[in-house]
Amino acid sequence: MMQLDAEKQMRRRKRKNTIFHILFLSSTLFGIVALALLLIQILVDGLGWLNWDFLTNNASRKAEKSGIKAAIFGTLWMMSITAPLSFIIGVSTAIYLEEYAKNNWFNRFIQTNIANLAGVPSIVYGLLGLTIFVRVFGFGKSVLAGSLTMTLLILPIIIVASQEAIKAIPGSQRNASFALGANRWQTILRVVLPSALPGILTGSILSFSRAVGETAPLIVVGAVAYITTLPNSVFDKFTVMPIQIYTWANLPQEEFHNVASAGIIVLLLMLLTMNAVAIFLRNKYQKKN
Amino acid sequence: MARMKQSKNAKELNSFMQKKKGIYSWDRMMPIILATIAGISVLTTIGIVVILITESAGFFQAVSITEFLFGTQWTPLFADPKFGVLPLIMGTFMITLVASIVALPIGFGSAIYLSEYAPRKVRNFIKPILEILAGIPTIVYGFFALTFITPIIKMVIPQTDLFNALSAGIVVGIMIIPMISSLSEDAMNAVPSSLRNAAYAMGSTKLEVALKVVVPASFSGIIASFVLGLSRAIGETMIVTLAAGALPNMDFDFLKSIQTMTAYIVTTSQGDTAYGSVEYRTIYAVGITLFVITLIMNILAGYISRKFREEYE
Repeated sequence: MMQLDAEKQMRRRKRKNTIFHILFLSSTLFGIVALALLLIQILVDGLGWLNWDFLTNNASRKAEKSGIKAAIFGTLWMMSITAPLSFIIGVSTAIYLEEYAKNNWFNRFIQTNIANLAGVPSIVYGLLGLTIFVRVFGFGKSVLAGSLTMTLLILPIIIVASQEAIKAIPGSQRNASFALGANRWQTILRVVLPSALPGILTGSILSFSRAVGETAPLIVVGAVAYITTLPNSVFDKFTVMPIQIYTWANLPQEEFHNVASAGIIVLLLMLLTMNAVAIFLRNKYQKKN
Repeated sequence: MARMKQSKNAKELNSFMQKKKGIYSWDRMMPIILATIAGISVLTTIGIVVILITESAGFFQAVSITEFLFGTQWTPLFADPKFGVLPLIMGTFMITLVASIVALPIGFGSAIYLSEYAPRKVRNFIKPILEILAGIPTIVYGFFALTFITPIIKMVIPQTDLFNALSAGIVVGIMIIPMISSLSEDAMNAVPSSLRNAAYAMGSTKLEVALKVVVPASFSGIIASFVLGLSRAIGETMIVTLAAGALPNMDFDFLKSIQTMTAYIVTTSQGDTAYGSVEYRTIYAVGITLFVITLIMNILAGYISRKFREEYE
């Protein structure tokens, strides 16, 4: 009798486990299904509109003549400043924090500060850029103001990623370099950085793709103008791909939603390429160790 | 001749060593240069705090803080403007509520699956997909809400507005799932396997191990991931700007158009409010409110995960 009860209970516990297994699996699949739906919908709406004209035309009031050229160039202009600048500042900060900084209150403050900056909503960076770069420095609604705002936005991500990469280099390698008579800077330059570079690059590329996809702070900084000419210098007005998509998505006509889908395909392709490079670097690096 | 050469070499070596040790050598200069550059992130924080305070100070000279914090009408562009921020906070709260109903259970469930149930192969397949989901720009999510989720909701409940809180909230939830899932999973992975094995040895099922051993042991990390996810939902901008509308109100109706703090800042900065006017300064007043709310939540998340962490080994 008792044995029967125990068996019954065991079966109940196992059944409960199976039910929850399915439940947990389906919540994992939820994200995948959402991603699939999103991609299918955008491909169905946008692929028909994606052609050479779309890539080489500027914005237009007619859906058939609309193109994304100005926005692509705007994004490239912005990234040509944001990428090198945020890379240099981010990696330098990471080197300082990992290799030089002593464990005192000031350096702990910098570290906490970076963690908090990563959690600040992007729109607040927009307000910072609008006030400091557009107004105080007088750059106006230019490529330069947008790029500098974006640099500050992705800086915490690059710093944290680079710190992780530098932390992963074993101390024995540094000691070997010191034992050969190298000083600290030579050790960093010739031993630490070359080994940490793949990790640093992966993190940086991922944060660059964040900058490419970011919309809100650039709208606040003023990159919304209806643009039909390409920027010629960093002081020109500009627009970027996400903002162009936002403008199209906001229009009431149905055709412009298809144009927006085509724009999203171009944007996602660009991001996918960047992420593929990052993953490639990461895998290559992981195999080595 | 040979002697001269030798002394020349010695001189070179000497000057080389001096260069290496001198005040102006790279080894001495670099820490200073790097520390200066590291200061940029501190300057950024100071910049954010200073501009939010100084610019909203002008606003609070014209509008009392009590009116701002407790007023229930937000109509800054009307002839008779009202500056009560509560409708915007209500909008943000509604979005966050829907997002958490979607994202907390699903993120939590998927973290348990990935950390406790999934075979290695499945895990290696699913993790990159979640990473892709996390990397999709929010503007794309916003477009998805407007052109896919909203029509479905309208099909089920026809009186739904084109712009509504429900659709935007659901998609904000989808957006934060990968973040909650991967942070919770990290916390669960940190639980030593000896604890799991002890429970298995006593005849526990996987579910019992997950819910009675792993989850209690990683509880602080899980809660911290929830708080961080919600803070992200509060700060999310483009999804709500595109799909939730621009109608600040206190109705608490999820099928109607609302406005969040972030959407207000974007829409207003796009318009042509005169620089320096009270209407222009509203974006800073709303911005500092948003900043303070998210900062408190982020600090709270850090505090929870430090203070209530179960230490093993």
